[in-house]
Amino acid sequence: MSVLNIFLQQLVNGLVLGSFYALVALGYTMIFGVVKLLNFAHGDIYMVGGFIGFLVLSVIAPIVGPGWTGVAVSMVVAMIAVGFLGVVIQRVAYQPMLNAPRLSILITALAVSLVLQNSVLTLTHGQYQPMGADLGFGDINLGMLFVSYNQMILVGTAAALMIGLELFVSRTQYGRAMRAISIDKDMCRLMGINVTAVIAVTFFIGSALATAAGTMAGAYYGSIWYFMGFLIGIKAFTAAVIGGIGSIPGAMLGGLILGLLESFGTQIPGIGSEWKDVFSFAVLILMLVLKPTGLLGKSEQERM
Amino acid sequence: MSTQTETILELENVTAGYGKIVALNGISLTVKTGAMVTLLGANGAGKTTTLKTISGLVRVSGGAVRFESADITQIPAHEIARRGLVHVPEGRHVLRGLSVRENLELGAFTVKDPALRHKRMKEVFELFPVLEKRQHGDGSLLSGGEQQMLAIGRALMHGPRLLLLDEPSMGLAPKLVIETMRIAKQLSEAGTTILLVEQNARLALKLAHYGYVLESGHICMEGEAATLRVDKSIVQAYLGE
Repeated sequence: MSVLNIFLQQLVNGLVLGSFYALVALGYTMIFGVVKLLNFAHGDIYMVGGFIGFLVLSVIAPIVGPGWTGVAVSMVVAMIAVGFLGVVIQRVAYQPMLNAPRLSILITALAVSLVLQNSVLTLTHGQYQPMGADLGFGDINLGMLFVSYNQMILVGTAAALMIGLELFVSRTQYGRAMRAISIDKDMCRLMGINVTAVIAVTFFIGSALATAAGTMAGAYYGSIWYFMGFLIGIKAFTAAVIGGIGSIPGAMLGGLILGLLESFGTQIPGIGSEWKDVFSFAVLILMLVLKPTGLLGKSEQERM
Repeated sequence: MSTQTETILELENVTAGYGKIVALNGISLTVKTGAMVTLLGANGAGKTTTLKTISGLVRVSGGAVRFESADITQIPAHEIARRGLVHVPEGRHVLRGLSVRENLELGAFTVKDPALRHKRMKEVFELFPVLEKRQHGDGSLLSGGEQQMLAIGRALMHGPRLLLLDEPSMGLAPKLVIETMRIAKQLSEAGTTILLVEQNARLALKLAHYGYVLESGHICMEGEAATLRVDKSIVQAYLGE
């Protein structure tokens, strides 16, 4: 393979990986925006999303087949179900802690993470669970580049979800309210905005996006297990920090950068794929040292 | 004026505080429909807290607040705003990162009819042409005076029946202070009931029909604005000379 060939192939791989990171990072950043909480349980929402997607798929696969149709339906059903789970978690675990010191709510998030992980661990006995999807292997030959249909559908779905989110946030009153809440909650209440309801919607959307990633990742890589959310949770956090935590376009950009970085980084001679996490976290540390506000983040400057 | 006899807002022996600190120590006041009422007092007397308890930002610990004869004492802030009681807080609170237009749109959050939103936006732009000119810019990059206009315009998007204005002239150049007061007067004459907290007591008493004077969490004096303006103790304490 020529150098250009390798380059293009890694570009595609990086986009796929980056799409997953971006979808999870969006929830991280949105939730941080409205309640200033680093939701360390968010990676586990991705994992639960994968399992709910699997459950739905195993029910509907005999009817619609285990291909992309089945996966798409499972994904949508799981997104709605886990979206509500996110709202319930917010109400039960985080709502009572909103006025408590930051550290308390952070610890609560770690507890939620443990509860989700261990629930699934108990139910699955820690076994890898085959997703049961059969996506086929078709691909398109673009001269030097092979892009599989699966990769195109994955990246396309992620892009569609992100465009939808961007339109929601910039064009609708609820989306504007979501941005406004991350700036000034009391002013929002004075404008008649039900802050609690908007926070609930934020958790719903964030959890649904993570679930989309979880279901697609399960279908794409073939299997799921209870610990699959841990690493991607931290990666998504890294992506959110790279883009600027609290910034929605930042999370998308950060996710893609991280995905590309990992896929290209492993191509450096003498460096194997086991080094890819090192790349990610080295970038996280560099970012925190050099530009803590992230690429698209705004510094917290008060103007009177 | 027959409408002036109707009461739109009534506070009855309201107490409130922050934690163990008592800020309001039994406030009773009345605002008649269509009137402009001003709340005077030194810094820390409880003027801002009074407005915050009315709009629901600060919890009432005793007494009752009634708006259009309905008890709103325990109602959450966003529900109170929905009823048409709109509070423009001290410091303007323009939403940073959102455009001037988006700030205005959010002011009409409870207005579901897009045609009505559009009509109100046109009215606000007529009242404040500078906001139309800068509608796509970040609201927080406006000057202090323009931000105050945005804050008031945002409240008007709501279609308020009672407007609480907290120190609208704070930090503004003298010329803009007069301008702000002129707008308050214009709104009042157009029929909006206004409860005004203002540091510039002389100006406030010139505009308002009625005034209350607060002192460490309770009302120490009240009366027609014209009477208060010439009252010796008021002149000494708040009007200088």
